[in-house]
Amino acid sequence: MIALYFLLIFMIAATILAIELEDLISSVVALIAVGLALCVTFIVLKAPDVAIMQLVVETLALLVLIKATLRADLPFSTSGRWFVNTFIYVGFFITLVVVALKCFKDLPPFGSPLMKAVPLFEQNLPKMGETNLVSVVALRYRVFDSFGEAAILFIAVLAILIIMRPKGKKK
Amino acid sequence: MTKQKRGMSLIVQTATRLSVGFVLLYGINIFVKGNVSCGGGFVGGVIIALTFINIMLAYGKSVSLQKLPTLVSLFFSARGILLLFSLVLLSFVVGYLFLDIISKGDPFSLYNTGMISFNPIEIALKAGTGVFAIFFVVLLLRYKRKNDDGGALL
Repeated sequence: MIALYFLLIFMIAATILAIELEDLISSVVALIAVGLALCVTFIVLKAPDVAIMQLVVETLALLVLIKATLRADLPFSTSGRWFVNTFIYVGFFITLVVVALKCFKDLPPFGSPLMKAVPLFEQNLPKMGETNLVSVVALRYRVFDSFGEAAILFIAVLAILIIMRPKGKKK
Repeated sequence: MTKQKRGMSLIVQTATRLSVGFVLLYGINIFVKGNVSCGGGFVGGVIIALTFINIMLAYGKSVSLQKLPTLVSLFFSARGILLLFSLVLLSFVVGYLFLDIISKGDPFSLYNTGMISFNPIEIALKAGTGVFAIFFVVLLLRYKRKNDDGGALL
């Protein structure tokens, strides 16, 4: 639990750094630090599948973000409209806190989940044969969701290729 | 791969040449053993794409494209989505995915799940090649601003 709190505090601090730093690459590095701390958090919470996914996607995001911001001179303005901006920030923060408090009231307390993994594992092993429960859920019971996710990624690849192609089709 | 004008320094290129095969093997291991231990198709595919991105960063665009041309990566991406679609359609129409017409194998062995064993391979094909294609196109846009060529991509 102490490790979890330490990681959460680190993630909040790194997020604030990522927002406040003016150098874009420093912001990217702080953002990636948040992701890597999230990966360690998943390991602490005993979810290695999600941790591997988080690690790999963070590495890819680091590459893409640094490639995108390395030589870019993006406009960055902090002046003007401070009243509207502050109003939006405070309103969003209060809404988030109220909704989170209402939601967290219905959650089971930390460390006592609603569904235990061991009986599920014992039920599933003779039926399905998989030893990885995440695979059971993702590839057998939820294979339509997997297919939807795959289709979305494929469409995204095609869309990026079409939008970013160097020359358009001539009539 | 001895004389390269583009890309990074000799140290980075040597380190990449020595390590990239192991990373590729690790990616294959992750998606083949995804139904036994931690991992899965998406993660394995992205690790495989990261190896090609590693080659691209170290050696430059042309060497990486020799190893995996864009059309080939798009072909495998489409092949992966078609295989996955056929599997899903099979389970939707006939119900074979849940009932498994082929034998399940022993638990805790590599082949232990019947038809589902082939599913991560398809997802890995699609995810890896798709992610590599996205990265390549993002890089190509930057090259295109400097010298306006590369129109033969699509």
